[in-house]
Parts: sequence; C-alpha cells; structure tokens
Amino acid sequence: MAVIAARRVPRDGSLTAVLLFLPPALLLFTLFVVLPIGEAAWYSGFNWNGFGSPTKWVGFDNYRAVLDSRAFGLAFRNNILIILVSLLVQLPLALTLALLLAEKFRGAVALRMLFFMPYVLAEIATGLIFSFVYDGDYGLLASIYRLFGAEAPHLLASPDTSMLAILIVIVWKYFGFHMMLFIAALQSLDRNLIEAARIDGAGRLQTLRYIVIPLLYPTIRLSVFFAVVGSLQLFDLVMPLTRGGPADSSNTMVSFLYNFGVTRMRVGFGSAVGVILFVICVTFAFTYKRWFMRDE
Amino acid sequence: MSSTHLATPARLETPAPAFDPAGPARALFLALVVVFVATPLVATVLGGFKGLGELRVNPFGLPDAWEWRNYADILLSRRYWQMLENSLIISSLTVVLTLIVASMAAFVFAHVKFYGSTMLLNYITMGLLFPAATAILPLFIKVRDLGLLDTYFGVVLPQVAFSLAMSILLLRRFFKDLPHELLEAALVDGCSYIAFFRFVTLPLSRPILATVGTIAFVNSWNSYLVPLVMLNSDSLYPWPLGIMVYQGEYSSEWNLILAYITLTILPTILLFLAAQKHIVAGLTAGAVKG
Repeated sequence: MAVIAARRVPRDGSLTAVLLFLPPALLLFTLFVVLPIGEAAWYSGFNWNGFGSPTKWVGFDNYRAVLDSRAFGLAFRNNILIILVSLLVQLPLALTLALLLAEKFRGAVALRMLFFMPYVLAEIATGLIFSFVYDGDYGLLASIYRLFGAEAPHLLASPDTSMLAILIVIVWKYFGFHMMLFIAALQSLDRNLIEAARIDGAGRLQTLRYIVIPLLYPTIRLSVFFAVVGSLQLFDLVMPLTRGGPADSSNTMVSFLYNFGVTRMRVGFGSAVGVILFVICVTFAFTYKRWFMRDE
Repeated sequence: MSSTHLATPARLETPAPAFDPAGPARALFLALVVVFVATPLVATVLGGFKGLGELRVNPFGLPDAWEWRNYADILLSRRYWQMLENSLIISSLTVVLTLIVASMAAFVFAHVKFYGSTMLLNYITMGLLFPAATAILPLFIKVRDLGLLDTYFGVVLPQVAFSLAMSILLLRRFFKDLPHELLEAALVDGCSYIAFFRFVTLPLSRPILATVGTIAFVNSWNSYLVPLVMLNSDSLYPWPLGIMVYQGEYSSEWNLILAYITLTILPTILLFLAAQKHIVAGLTAGAVKG
C-alpha cells in the first residue's frame, strides 16, 4: 500500500511541478532570445524601417550590401585583430601571471585582486577612463610625451592608431579574467605530479613545459574559447573610446551593427549583420567544440 | 578566492613551485604589470580632485589643492542619485526574476524525469551561444510591440532571458548534487515537489543562489547595449548611459568627468569587494566545467 502511494504521489506532484515551474523560463527564453534570432533571419530579407509591417522583400540584397560595405570589411578585420591580440598577447600574459601568483607569497592575493579589478569594471567606465589616458591635451600619455619634449599624439583621433589604442585597453581589461581561470585550474592540479617530476630531476622549465602546461590544456582551450567569442561580440568598450571612428577605422561587427543598423532603424540591414555575426559565432562554437573540446 | 592549494597534502612542507624564475626578475615583471593596471585607476580618482588647469600639468601626482567641490557637486546633484537608483532598480529586478525563474526550471530539470526533459534542457543550453547583440533590432521591435519600450521591464525581461541559460545550468548542477534520498523521503512522507523546492532545496542552495545572483547583478549593473536601445528618457537611464550623457555635456572638463567616473565605479568596486568570493566562484564554476 505504502509502495503504491509513494509511486502515485510523486507522479501527480511532479506533473504539477513541471507545469508550474518550467513555463516561465521557457516563455521568457523563447520570447526574448530564440524568436528574435529567428525574426532577424526573416527581417534580413526586407527593406524595412521598423514601422508597420515589413513588405518590401529584397531577398539577399541586405547581405550583399553588408558584405560590399567597406566599413563592414574594416569591422571584420578589427574583430580578427582583436582575436589575435587576445590569443597572442593576452592569454600568454594571463598564464605567466597565473603561474607567478598561484604561488603563496606575501601580497599574492592582493595582486590577484588588483589584476582582476579591471574585469569587474563596466566596459563604459573602462572606456571613459582610457579616453582620459589617451586624451591629447589632458591625458596621461600626452603628459609622458611632453616630459620628453615631444608632441602629444591623439591616438584615438587617427585612423592609423585608433585600433591600436583599443587593443591596449582590451588587454588591460580582460587579462585578469583569464588569469583567474588559470589560477583556479593551477590550484586544483595534483601537486604530487609536479613533486614527482622535480624529484626525478626535471628543472623548473621542464616541469612547466612537460607537466604543468599539459595539465592546463583543458583550461587553456576554454580560455581560448572565451577569448574568441568575447572578441567577436566586443561593443561596449568601443563606444566611449571612438564610437567606431574616425572614418570607421575602429568599428567592430557589433558597433557596425549599431552605427549602421540600429541608429538609423535599418531593420533589414542591421538584422543581416546580426545574422552574419550569429553564423560566425555558432560556426566557431560548434567547430571548436568538435575539434578541441571533444573530451570535455 | 582561496589561497590554499586544494590538492596539496599536508605533509608537503614546501610544495615545489611550478614556476619560479629568479626573484628580482619576477618582482620587476609584477611591478610593471601593477603600474600598467593601477596607473589609470589611481589617476582617475586623483584627477577628480584636481582643478582643470592642474590636471593638465600634473595628471599623475597628488593634487596641490584638493578640489572636494568636484565630488561634492556631483553627490549633491539629483541626476547622480537618480541614475544609481535606476541602475539599482533594474539590476535588483533582474536578479530577483532570474533567481525565481531559473531556480524553478533548474529544479525541474534536476529532479523530475519527464518526456522531453533532455530536449528542453538542450534547447535552453543553446542560449549560451547567442550573443544578445545579434538580434538587437528584432528584440527592440518585440519590446516595442509589447508596449515595454522606455520602461524598466523593457530592459529587465531581455536581461533575465539572456541570463537564463547560464543560471539554469549552474543551479541544476548544484541541485543534482543535493542528496536525492532527501527528496525521496520527503515525497514518501507526502511532501509535494513544490513544498520540497520551497522549504528544502532553496534554503540548502544559498551559496549557489548567491553566486548566480551576483553574476546576474554585475552583468545587469554594467550592461549598456540593451538599455541604450530600449530606453529613451534620461530619467530612466542606468549609470552606464547616464555617464555617457554626462561626458557628452562636459566633454573637455576632464576633472569633473573623472570625479563622475570615480563615483560611479565606486559602487562596483564595493560590490566586488563584498561579493568577490561569489564572483570568482561563479566565474570558475561556469568556466571550468561549463
């Protein structure tokens, strides 16, 4: 009898739980995440300013216009640059610092906190702080130049240097995040392996090269994934620094979407940019997962 | 953030460092990074205390004359507090809604077996791949058609929706680790799933709720694109929008802007120091296994 009751009660109760607990999440997620992405694909076939209903079907014209646009080409190139700097400068820096700061010494924890701080700041605040750093009249950089009697450069105002300036800010802001990932991984490593290698006569660099780094591979792969996906979506940092200028030299794909789609309410054009970005992100995620993260 | 090595057996008096180049080189390298990271931050706080003339000739050092007025004027202004209030309302609503909606769904995914459960969980997991920016225009049109444009909820609902995937996955993993016997015993005793969720699961899950809540709060507190697109009225602007407006108005008075920046990042830094454990926990929980 008890067995029957125990079976019956959870079944009734569980159905109520499912019907009561699941719909809010599914509804919100579908309405604000999934549908808009589907709609982006639909709207991207229209020439539409967002009012009334979309009627002017133009097929793939929006995509053609996006891909033909010089500004989009620059934005795409900039995203690639950001990815390269993230992978080649930021991650090695983060890894080196993690290796140093995973050790116990006085001040290690304080340094970790300091290096992580930029990551916690909003992109907008970070961007404004560096607008000051780069300001040609009042900025920190300008005064260093003046110290040497040189003319202060306006890094953000020149198409040749605007992207370089932004790349420096990106490293400043995000290396601490990756450092923290690496520190967490280092702290959960089996120290016995390292100890054993040392006893067997491996030097520090050998231990690092053949034991520690291989043990970190899962975290490195994850870090690379975050770095690339984050780089593809960069926007908030660009706005306070350059808004994508001058002469569209520092747009990212998302700031391009904002500047050329959202501000002018070119719904079809902007949606086409969104779909292109979406396809790039999803393709990257799936390929990467398949090739590099199979075992996780 | 724990400084203990999790896997270090107690008997190892001095665990061999994995990487420990000569001391002075290490110290110099660390010092350079400290200068790189700290200089902009310190100069920002100090710059807010300077006159505009002094800022130009002395951007690095301590102010000669401390201009407390820069800070005082902002602290006495209505717009500063209005802006923080907006941010606080938006972020709090986002956190509360995220926690309620995500924990309910996570509970079902963790404890109830039903037809289609895996499929629905995969559906939600896909959300990790979608950047909000890709569909911002359709999102704007949807929010407009729902009549939520220029309201707090026009910002809150999309933010909740976009934080659901990560939140549900983190919560579900934690819920699954709670002893299943507890639930079985409770069910035999006639307790409903819903009562169990409310009176057992939630109280036992405070650490993960704090982590998920903190992450949702920080994301919402710092977010820019969604409020930028959904809000028109200055009076509703959260601080990232408010500070951009302020910077536009005082474009070359950098000392005032720096004071304003300092006063707006102060809550962020205080929050970070208070919730640092949860922020780092969420980061690594989401990352190491996610």
